[in-house]
Amino acid sequence: MSKGRFGVHGGQFIPETLMNAVTELEKAYDHYSKDADFCRELDGLLKNYAGRPSLLYFAEKMTRDLNGAKIYLKREDLNHTGSHKINNVLGQVLLAKRMGKTRVIAETGAGQHGVATATAAALMGMDCDIYMGHEDTQRQALNVYRMELLGAKVHPVTSGTQTLKDAVNETLREWTSRIEDTHYVLGSVMGPHPFPTIVRDFQRVIGKEVRSQMLEAEGRLPDALIACVGGGSNAMGLFYDFIQDESVALIGCEAAGRGIDTPEHAATIAKGTPGIFHGMKSYFCQDEYGQIAPVYSISAGLDYPGIGPEHAHLFDIGRTRYVPVTDDEAVAAFEYLARTEGIIPAIESAHAVAYARKLAPTMGKDQIMVINLSGRGDKDVAAIARYRGVDLHE
Amino acid sequence: MSRISDVFKNNKAFIPFVTAGDPNLAVTEQLVLAMAEAGADLIELGIPFSDPVAEGIVIQKADERALAAGATTDKIFEMVRRIRTRCQVPLAFMTYANPIFVYGADRFLANCRQCGIDALIVPDLPFEEKGEILPFCEKHGVTLISLIAPSSRERIRRIAEEAQGFVYCVSSMGVTGVRKEITTDIGQMIALVKGVQDIPCAVGFGISTPDQAKKMTQSADGVIVGSAIVKLVEQYGENCVGPVRDYVREMKQAITS
Repeated sequence: MSKGRFGVHGGQFIPETLMNAVTELEKAYDHYSKDADFCRELDGLLKNYAGRPSLLYFAEKMTRDLNGAKIYLKREDLNHTGSHKINNVLGQVLLAKRMGKTRVIAETGAGQHGVATATAAALMGMDCDIYMGHEDTQRQALNVYRMELLGAKVHPVTSGTQTLKDAVNETLREWTSRIEDTHYVLGSVMGPHPFPTIVRDFQRVIGKEVRSQMLEAEGRLPDALIACVGGGSNAMGLFYDFIQDESVALIGCEAAGRGIDTPEHAATIAKGTPGIFHGMKSYFCQDEYGQIAPVYSISAGLDYPGIGPEHAHLFDIGRTRYVPVTDDEAVAAFEYLARTEGIIPAIESAHAVAYARKLAPTMGKDQIMVINLSGRGDKDVAAIARYRGVDLHE
Repeated sequence: MSRISDVFKNNKAFIPFVTAGDPNLAVTEQLVLAMAEAGADLIELGIPFSDPVAEGIVIQKADERALAAGATTDKIFEMVRRIRTRCQVPLAFMTYANPIFVYGADRFLANCRQCGIDALIVPDLPFEEKGEILPFCEKHGVTLISLIAPSSRERIRRIAEEAQGFVYCVSSMGVTGVRKEITTDIGQMIALVKGVQDIPCAVGFGISTPDQAKKMTQSADGVIVGSAIVKLVEQYGENCVGPVRDYVREMKQAITS
């Protein structure tokens, strides 16, 4: 029987060689997620190492400027390593260690998940290999060096489109050759079961904190939650504890690149169709024969042709909605937040800020929205400068 | 169905693989005819996929070449139809779940049957997920081949119980590609299968030399060779038919003698 389905989506579409590895992972997760020692150790790491809870910041100037809903920013960018990725990575690397693994491998797009994995591996004394599309190693060169500083070996992936999907392909291939001592730290709510569930659970802390912080600040739940979506881990982490609260709108922002009417985008919900890829049934950007499309976004972290299966299901049942945001809108939002609030967001997170700029003025002043600032933008500064025609290289 | 049961009827089976459309479909058509003539007992035709996660670099590149040369699922069906007017060698498609699912599994398998495909191998469709495709294989009389791997251990029993046609035994961990040495105890894997069901077992992944093939067929009923042949296709391009024919003949002889 198929496991790990969200409606029709999800499942375990992987080579037989990996089936016992994911089964072993599922068993270990079921055990340790209920193990008091494990939970205590992870909570300790999140608090004392990652710096949780992250702030829920009232963006007063932005609120005034947009003249609509009250805007809060969930500051995942303030976590150690600069993004929400650390939440999942600390959980998975700790789990891998309990499982007796001595080596972790991971894919990375923008480099945030790779940096987080290399960090946790350094902390917990594991060997670490990171797979990153060759094109991404160029647009995020600083993160490559950062991972190497942390003791990881970075493997540029030269197959296919040389971006995030190819990095996932290569990490899956590597795992197939070595499962005994190696855990694959998948970076998003995607891939074969149990990864979408494990990653969501480790990212749930974002939404849990938002709920209690919001109740404390405003005495009520927000009206809208906005997050960027590539695979969808920061969005799922934010949304999950609000799914039952029908009054809270859950909005994911997809990368529309140069526009969803061009071939250069990564807007899976807007333009994708059902498919089976990277271990899961979900929506994918692909052609009529099921060949995966070469997607594009200015954001290496959103430059992915699929979306996590739980997002696909929440979309099917109408609980979430997804909006496309172009490169131009994201870059404008990147600059806007820097100037308005003195916060430089990751270009990924800037997609959420961009949509918030459109939505907030249409909402009442008594309404509240939360934008997930999933990461900080230091890594993007050189790329944005180049986008603006400034000849700046790292 | 009958063509698959014939594969293992006489002696050990030699099962070559090529990616359909590499370097183009006209050459693939000639390759199939030549391999059949050289003694291939079943021919695996890969429908190229943009992201073949179970393949090593050799077959990845073949898929890229085939797609760049314009191969599509429909054009490959057409090619098989042409082949079937001249040759009755058993044929299997090897492709990933997505090209089948997106084409529509029912329509895909109906076309398989109609053009003369006997079996289907889907490397990213493990036992637990076969419900996605198996009902349509059964409806249209195409055999869905089950795979077992060195890491399958206790899963082998369940897989073998429901296996049809033959069992594809993956010789080594990792992806497809030539290997100097195969260290897995293939004999033990096969014994586990045969303890559950008397079904032929063919070994694939990493086999390239006549000696390896001969050694594998001490316990296996057949060997599957992909990357070694695809390398010849890569090396000789449109002139690959002769070298591949010679190679298939040599391999078939090695496991027959």
